[in-house]
Amino acid sequence: MAARHKSVETKYMEDRDAALRGLRGLDRRTFLKVLAASAGAVMAKSLMPPHTFQLVEVANAAPDKAASAAGLAGQPPFTFAYISDTHLYPRTLNQRFVRGAVKAVEDVNALDPQPDFVLFGGDLAQLGRREELDLGRQILAEVKAPVKMMVGEHDWFYDLGDTWQEMFGPPNYSFDWKDVHVVVLMSVHEKDFWTARKMTPAERMHTVAGLDNGIQSRFEVGDDERKWLSDDLAKVPHTTPLLVFSHSPLYKYYRNWNFWTDDAEQVQAILKPYKHVTVIHGHTHQMLYNQIGNISFYGMLSTAWPWPYAPTGLPPLTVQMNRADPFDQFDGLGDGQVTVRPDGLADKIYNLWDRNPVSVKADYLVSHGKTARPPAPQFASY
Amino acid sequence: MESASLSRRLSSDRDAIFGCATMKSARRLFFGFVAAAAVAVSFSLAAAQGPGPLADPKSTNQAGFPGTLYSWVIPPDNPQTPARIALGKALFFEDRLSADGKISCDHCHAPDKGFTDQLPTSMGIHAQFGQRNAPSILNALFNVTQFWDGRAPTLEAQVQGPVTNPVEMGMKSTDDAVAAIKTIPEYQKQFQDVFGRDVNFADIERAIAAYERTQLAFDSPFDKFMAGDQSAIGDSAKRGWSIFNGKGRCMSCHGWNPTQPLFTDQKFHNIGVSAHKSDFVPLARQALDVLGKSGGSSEAIDRLAIGSDMSGLGRFLVTKQPHDIGGFRTMSLRNLLVTQPYFHDGSQVTLWDTIDHYNKGGVQNPYLDGGIVALGLTEPEEDDLVAFLASLTSPEYADAAKQEYDLQFKRSRTDRPQRDTAAADGDKGRGPGLAGPFGDIGPAQNVENPALLGGD
Repeated sequence: MAARHKSVETKYMEDRDAALRGLRGLDRRTFLKVLAASAGAVMAKSLMPPHTFQLVEVANAAPDKAASAAGLAGQPPFTFAYISDTHLYPRTLNQRFVRGAVKAVEDVNALDPQPDFVLFGGDLAQLGRREELDLGRQILAEVKAPVKMMVGEHDWFYDLGDTWQEMFGPPNYSFDWKDVHVVVLMSVHEKDFWTARKMTPAERMHTVAGLDNGIQSRFEVGDDERKWLSDDLAKVPHTTPLLVFSHSPLYKYYRNWNFWTDDAEQVQAILKPYKHVTVIHGHTHQMLYNQIGNISFYGMLSTAWPWPYAPTGLPPLTVQMNRADPFDQFDGLGDGQVTVRPDGLADKIYNLWDRNPVSVKADYLVSHGKTARPPAPQFASY
Repeated sequence: MESASLSRRLSSDRDAIFGCATMKSARRLFFGFVAAAAVAVSFSLAAAQGPGPLADPKSTNQAGFPGTLYSWVIPPDNPQTPARIALGKALFFEDRLSADGKISCDHCHAPDKGFTDQLPTSMGIHAQFGQRNAPSILNALFNVTQFWDGRAPTLEAQVQGPVTNPVEMGMKSTDDAVAAIKTIPEYQKQFQDVFGRDVNFADIERAIAAYERTQLAFDSPFDKFMAGDQSAIGDSAKRGWSIFNGKGRCMSCHGWNPTQPLFTDQKFHNIGVSAHKSDFVPLARQALDVLGKSGGSSEAIDRLAIGSDMSGLGRFLVTKQPHDIGGFRTMSLRNLLVTQPYFHDGSQVTLWDTIDHYNKGGVQNPYLDGGIVALGLTEPEEDDLVAFLASLTSPEYADAAKQEYDLQFKRSRTDRPQRDTAAADGDKGRGPGLAGPFGDIGPAQNVENPALLGGD
């Protein structure tokens, strides 16, 4: 169980050796056959990419076995798209991230059919300034589908959410969509580390933005928001599927980088009575998924930059994406679509901009990796 | 005044680019050609019609020749035997491989034009034009995939495409091509000698591929420079090499290293070339529809690539992955001054035009590659880059390249259709989505070229 920790270099060299060993056994003719066969397999699985526009029916159009078994075949699923972690600077400083955000908007606008709504996953701004948030608001105003906003720590810690709330409303809210109860949760509160240190708002913001310092506390939903969540769910029957959006992962991934929610266990306990819960989170800028008990977790892609994987704590179910090309500002980035089935389970597509899209099925998570494993990347990750 | 001194500087650089060493080796080659041509004429029917010395197999004894890579890319099931190569050469120049008996491979891949036709897009049978610029055969053996969109995996596999494409050589089928060759007794004998069997298309493919694998193009002034001869290229080309690795970002796709000195990453990128005239999304839907109906065979892809508007979708026709929309293979940069015009549709006339295209950050479209950004290159920097590209000319093309350089240089002083200095410097937004409120800011002009730092 507790495999000894290996360095990324060791893992890389092991994977590389394994790949080369596999190839060495093939003569050229067989190698071409393998290539042709794998191309054929892709076609056969109709693993077609609903990337920027829908090439085939929505990924989950054919009801799969689990849905049929649950007696839910026939009921329509719903689809939403997401854009997340745009990290916009003032436009005089940086056009790179603007380009990513605009590309994501073009992407979701080209979807046919259009998603039911578009979730924005937080960290619209880089340093929480009004002009950054305003730039983001202008870009997101171009989205054709209704936009649901979530807050991230980069939006919050300059003025503790004043501007963001003025523009987008309260950070906690819920709504019902079809048969699913949807909760948007503010998960990036921190304990007060700034008052005693007499920090300016800018210093506070910079401290939080530098994730790996020892000054700030870890993210937490906090007592107030957890109470709000319990109250909100009090009227929701335990048979209702739950869809929860949070900026930070509602589990503990890697403390040093604040890929972390300190009261994750307490939040998970609130969600425990429900049969199926899907948590969609931002913040980690990488392909990332996990299953804890009744809860399936999915991490969203960023449009600004990809984070490397943390040295420890990566959920074993996650099939890592490989290292991004540093010369290609879009590599490792993207947006995505999620198809929520009537039973509350969600199939997800990572629309990686300069790579083939990757589909992560709910069945893969709820079966704890026994079925529908997403394809491994061609090269090792870092 | 400034421009006069600039052109003076450039003309002295030009002499340095095509320097004495190059002229000497050109002379040496010339005498070699005379001898080789005399031999060829006496033995081969096709050679008698004059493929010329530039069509001869090239020596592996060239500066910069990647020996290890070469040993990897020769397939074990198609060895480079002299008999195979001779047969392949005859077939390469064989008009009877086409439906009207007039179009041979060299019609669009002419040795004296760097194995291209120097046309924007190629003209095939019955004077029909295709949609793509003829890629060079030079160093094509090192390509991981063939064609602009990589729709064929090997030199063998690509032969069928042009032979049976209705706007190229126009054969109804490969069987027709075999039948045409079979009627010629010399070929019947040669196929028996080389392969020990009757004429068949797989062996036609093998022979042509074997001949094409003899077209090695290294030994350029740049190769000699990298081998240690500081005087092989001029100062302008040296500055160009620095820009190539630094501010110009060229190296990120057109990579060079001693084991793979090919100036290509062998990948596919949308740099916005066909965004001028294509509305990608409806076009992609149309292509999927057509390919769906026809089963998506390689013939179907080949026809769309050469004979339809959907050609501009590039790699997408092969993979059907949206991130490949408008993506085309990164081409090598060797011998560019004999393979003009440039890009997959031959839309750019001079090297200055192609650099202008990159300098302004390509043409905005939703699938533009993430590596394409405004570069902020100045005019002298562009001139230096062209001087560097000129130094990638192999000796047998030195004279032709010098002429073309002079023509392009002259043209570039007055005619620069792609130049957009404001976009290159980031002074204006690009595309309707970016104009106005999201106005781009440009690359910093005062950045020191990293390639020039830390030297002597």
